[in-house]
Amino acid sequence: MSGRTDLLLEIGMEEMPARFVRGAMEQLKDKVTAWLVAQRIGYGTVQALATPRRLALVICDVELHQAAKSDWIKGPALKSAKTADGGYSNAALGFARSQGVSPDQFEVRSLGSIEYLYVLKEDAGRETATLLEETLPGLISGLTFPKNMRWSTHELRYLRPIRWIVALFGEAIIPFQITNVTSGNTTFGHRFLGGELQIVSPRTYADALREQYVIADPTERKALIETQLKQMESEHGWHIPVDEDLLEEVLFLVEYPTALCGNFEEAFLKIPKEVLMTSMREHQRYFPVLDAAGNLLPHFVTVRNGNATSIQVVAKGNEKVLRARLSDAKFFYEEDHKKTIDACLAKLESIIQQEQLGTMGDKVRRVEMSSAKLVALTDSDETTRLNLARAAAICKFDLVTAMVYEFTELQGLMGEHYAELKGENTVVSHAIREQYMPKGAGDALPSSRVGLLLSMADKADNILGCFYLNMIPTGSQDPYALRRQAAGIVQMLAEADVQLLLSDVFEAAWNGFKEAKVSRELKLDDAAYARCKKEWDTFIGLRLKNMLESRGVRYDVVDALLSRPVDDVKWLVARADELMQQLANDEAGLKKSVEAWLRVCNLASKAEDVLDISQIAWQTDAERTLSDAIVNAKDRFMNAVQGCDARSSLQVLSAWVEPISIFFEHTMVMVDDAELRKERLSLLHAGASIIWKFADFSKLVWSSGV
Amino acid sequence: MSLNFQQIILTLQQFWAEQNCIIVQPYDIEKGAGTMNPMTFLRSLGPEPWNVAYVEPSRRPADGRYGENPNRLYQHHQFQVILKPSPDNVLDLYLESLKRLGIDPLEHDIRFVEDNWESPTLGAWGLGWEVWCDGMEITQFTYFQQVGGLDCSPVAVEITYGLERLASYILDKENVFDMPYVADITYGDVFHQPEFEHSKYTFELSDVQQLLAWFNSYEAEAKRILDAGLVFPAFDYVLKCSHTFNLLDARGAISVTERTGYIGRVRAMARQCAQVYVQERERLGFPMIKQSVAVGGAEQ
Repeated sequence: MSGRTDLLLEIGMEEMPARFVRGAMEQLKDKVTAWLVAQRIGYGTVQALATPRRLALVICDVELHQAAKSDWIKGPALKSAKTADGGYSNAALGFARSQGVSPDQFEVRSLGSIEYLYVLKEDAGRETATLLEETLPGLISGLTFPKNMRWSTHELRYLRPIRWIVALFGEAIIPFQITNVTSGNTTFGHRFLGGELQIVSPRTYADALREQYVIADPTERKALIETQLKQMESEHGWHIPVDEDLLEEVLFLVEYPTALCGNFEEAFLKIPKEVLMTSMREHQRYFPVLDAAGNLLPHFVTVRNGNATSIQVVAKGNEKVLRARLSDAKFFYEEDHKKTIDACLAKLESIIQQEQLGTMGDKVRRVEMSSAKLVALTDSDETTRLNLARAAAICKFDLVTAMVYEFTELQGLMGEHYAELKGENTVVSHAIREQYMPKGAGDALPSSRVGLLLSMADKADNILGCFYLNMIPTGSQDPYALRRQAAGIVQMLAEADVQLLLSDVFEAAWNGFKEAKVSRELKLDDAAYARCKKEWDTFIGLRLKNMLESRGVRYDVVDALLSRPVDDVKWLVARADELMQQLANDEAGLKKSVEAWLRVCNLASKAEDVLDISQIAWQTDAERTLSDAIVNAKDRFMNAVQGCDARSSLQVLSAWVEPISIFFEHTMVMVDDAELRKERLSLLHAGASIIWKFADFSKLVWSSGV
Repeated sequence: MSLNFQQIILTLQQFWAEQNCIIVQPYDIEKGAGTMNPMTFLRSLGPEPWNVAYVEPSRRPADGRYGENPNRLYQHHQFQVILKPSPDNVLDLYLESLKRLGIDPLEHDIRFVEDNWESPTLGAWGLGWEVWCDGMEITQFTYFQQVGGLDCSPVAVEITYGLERLASYILDKENVFDMPYVADITYGDVFHQPEFEHSKYTFELSDVQQLLAWFNSYEAEAKRILDAGLVFPAFDYVLKCSHTFNLLDARGAISVTERTGYIGRVRAMARQCAQVYVQERERLGFPMIKQSVAVGGAEQ
């Protein structure tokens, strides 16, 4: 019963899409191992392998037999199991029948205070080979992929047509069929260099394939490519920057990688480096080659699916293709040179941004309007204002250039390049590129004030436009990357050297929609404003939460801060950091303060109409002391807020702890005297309204023992 | 073997004829791709087996370059193969056809790179690859999943060789116009003047008002004939609409908004053609099911 052997599974398919292979490989591994665990079948090491043509799994030392198990099965209660004459009731006999045992195997066991009939059910387990045979067909056809297809006459939807299946348990074939493919021990080597072969036993799989020019293990293939690239680097003194995404794709385009290099005419180097690199990467899956100083060299590296035979022919062919590609790029580049910025801007009027929102020309006019609004709220000089106005006016002109039409990802970058060539100043041309920054979490921010404000205005306009159209991202659906853009706004407000509020950004964008001269009539009434603002607040709220969490702020602190309306992101971050520090340094001290504040806040919520406490003639010292503390603190607190000084503002509140406790010691708040009650509640309300400006401290969760 | 453009076509025809494909002749109405030929668009629908190969002159007005660009053409040629149901060894067959053309996979780098095909105008989509030879795309390979909005069952596989690309590679010419059509006549001798004139017509001389009027008339005629249940003549007018639209588009006469509208109108007709075709075949009792022509030794 305790024997073990190895399992091999290989699904041979027509070439799978490179981007899906790794996921499919992992999925096969996860599903088979999860099944083994559930079936109580022990196993040793697991290796998942994959090439463009195969998903494979080798699991060593799989138990030949399921582990036995025994379960107590509960039957009827003892009191209903016996008849008056002491025999078993129908219920008991039925239970015995259903479990396939005779009544003399019953045992009585107690559950709580009641006794029941039980039988011990022994499951000796079954042969693993049999279970595999029953399970694998369903498991393999049940793999799920992002895109599925049908082929020939079969109903199965799969990643690509299945052409063969190897299923070995030890040296024995696990027999089954999927579509018209019967499992066996025959696999196929490299499509051109290899042949048909029989796998004798699972452990020999990878080696047997290697002889047929297939490196089945992606890790090994990757290392091989990297070594080959390194070799070229040292041989020629090159630097080959390896784009991980490209390497991953190439890895799953080849079964037997051989890197080779080719050349292109130096004349093409006049085209901006980014264009050449993008063309090589996106169109041809080539790795560009740089010199030690980072200059692009007129060479490229590609990875062939095969060996070194006739490698010069392959290189020459690739050179020819690249030449045609780069000629196209050069042609586009030269055509773009002939266009004036004004001509491009005119073309924006006929490009639809979004059906109901209007043209890109409309969008530009909105961004001009909203960025002007934003800059007026900052301490910016006249030059900045003028540069921003120019940058906003031309911010999208490159969208109609041939180069950006060909490579969307070069938007902004080509704009910067062409703007500079057309004599725009560097601040303006940089801003055209920087409007798309930050490109993702933690990415660099625009370096200039102009770029920063343009980026905010552009992003807020995109978000508001979609919200206006009710296109709000859900789940994995976020086709316009609104989440990333909102996170970008939050990041800029938090980190950049500019003093703006979230509401400033929203209002500026709304103003752009309201005031800009556009080709589509939009219904921008109060109801639309309220709807968009509400969506905006919720959406931004989630980005703030993510931002705080990625700073390592505790969830309860996040909760305490975001339970109160947030407008100033810098102030939010300052408070989060301060609270985290307080919690780390002196949690007990903070807890004591918070308890005092919460007494104030809890009662304060009972206040209805409140009085100006500075006008109240207090009767007791306790009241007067607390009132003075609060009245005097107000300005200091607000100054600290203005200066984004969370520490000082928290210190202001801490100074109240003593007066609060004296107050409660000597004062009954909810007295019958309505006037007196109102005064005292007003006092607490005055304090609470300042405390609430910091956080809703009731959300904090304390460590035990504090 | 001393190849030329004509030899390449003849070789492919010969090869696929040997695989039990019928060789039909190019369809006599302007179209953007071999897929639009009724021998593909209609015949890939329904349960009847269908194996066919043909050359399709394909017009892409917007790609016209007055005969000045070495690779872009107003009209290029596709070699189209349709195998329904798709045989199990279809990739091997395809590679065999390359060998016939002198492309030995051991001497080149042949790859199958994911490429999903979709034609909004035809209401059709499929999954497959573009086939690369030393980095150059020489073939589109597609398992049709839907055509004219209908599920394909069984699934047909479409192999589309881009003849000019393939030939310029095999014949080692940077410029398609320099390729030998036969020994002493170049591709340019045959096609340069039409390239120039069609480009000039498309971009400078076409009469937008006339084209718009034609589009509307063709559409009306297609609908009228479809209502009479005659799919082949109706489909001819759908093709006319599609080509007229392409001319308008190339002329810059259609705004982005209108574009979607025109494509939708053509698609609606294409869908209706697909439905009428299948109904009509069904009424005829799917007569080709009885013939079981095995391609490449595949089971039917």
